[in-house]
Amino acid sequence: MRYDSLLESVGHTPLVGLPNLSPSPDVRLWAKLEDRNPTGSIKDRAALAMIEAAERDGTLTPGCTILEPTSGNTGISLAMAAKLKGYNLICVMPENTSIERTQLLNMWGAQVRYSPAAGGSNEAVRVAKGLAAENPSWVMLYQYGNPANSLAHYTTTGPEILADLPEITHFVAGLGTTGTLMGTGRYLREHRPNVQIIAAEPRYGEVVYGLRNIDEGFIPELYDESVLTTRYSVGPREAVTRTRELLEKEGIFAGISTGAILHAALGIAAKAVKANERADIAFIVCDGGWKYLSTGVYEGSLDSAEDAIDGTLWA
Amino acid sequence: MSITVSIPTILRSFTNNERSVQASGSSVSEVIANLDSQFPGLGDRLIEDGQLRRFVNIYINDEDVRFMGNLDAPLVDGDTVTVLPAVAGG
Repeated sequence: MRYDSLLESVGHTPLVGLPNLSPSPDVRLWAKLEDRNPTGSIKDRAALAMIEAAERDGTLTPGCTILEPTSGNTGISLAMAAKLKGYNLICVMPENTSIERTQLLNMWGAQVRYSPAAGGSNEAVRVAKGLAAENPSWVMLYQYGNPANSLAHYTTTGPEILADLPEITHFVAGLGTTGTLMGTGRYLREHRPNVQIIAAEPRYGEVVYGLRNIDEGFIPELYDESVLTTRYSVGPREAVTRTRELLEKEGIFAGISTGAILHAALGIAAKAVKANERADIAFIVCDGGWKYLSTGVYEGSLDSAEDAIDGTLWA
Repeated sequence: MSITVSIPTILRSFTNNERSVQASGSSVSEVIANLDSQFPGLGDRLIEDGQLRRFVNIYINDEDVRFMGNLDAPLVDGDTVTVLPAVAGG
């Protein structure tokens, strides 16, 4: 397929069947390969949409500095787009993220400022909000509350999935900024009122929940509970197990958060089989495994893999 | 009726630093009441004005209770309940 530039090629990702992991001809799993985006993750969609929305409303002008709290993928996507469009980018990223994320951000020309490990992305958001207040000329796109994030999925991810899988019964994705689930979920439900929208939320090691008190919790402004049918918490052991299974059975080399999503999707598939119901379950492959090789989760025992990512933000 | 409840770090000051405790009850609200009788003050950290606190997430066997009837979500013997603060991703 031909595009005028790399930015034009964001999205239009393949939806592939999983003949070996699908439990029966009536209960099928479909993987939306978002690792096929320019920087290798689904975040290219939201990053480009947020930049273009800010250009349209005039908040982003040539030479501007963009600031964003990110655990990695959104920052990498923004770095690529900012480089091509002539913006500076400063990312605030928790220190407990894989080394590849920093390498990729630097490669595309972004500056990285680290936030403390304890508290995870909550701390990155807090630090970025402080920096934004001190530097009023910087533009914080703020993926957690920017409607362009979920709108990107409403206008691209949702329509792509429905066109490829009109018989869809379930959609499963990861819950981070909530943009993918909100946008894709709303679009699918408008066109298939009975579709079930399922969130798989990564459950990290304890350090990530190391807040000083419960009132420091964080819920993205984009989150609307009414879009979801249900929400599962998936721990690192299940995520790693499924990530390896996806590689072993279907040849798909995905990142760890995809394993968490597949775990939820397989649970739904098993329920459908038990209830003797037809199901066509589409789920998101958020990114490839490349950025997580240094963690060691693709080799050795499950125990060692679980230990390796304890305390890191693996999704 | 025995339910295993996993307690997040920030609330372990109530449970003598135990990360996992046993409780009884056939719904989330009954289990929270039981927890509060064992560990006075814990209930207040989870519930405000009769609702689950905004930044508290509770899961029954890894499913979010907000989609299972909230505080009325039913529990059976052997269920695992996990309490976690809401944190950001992305």
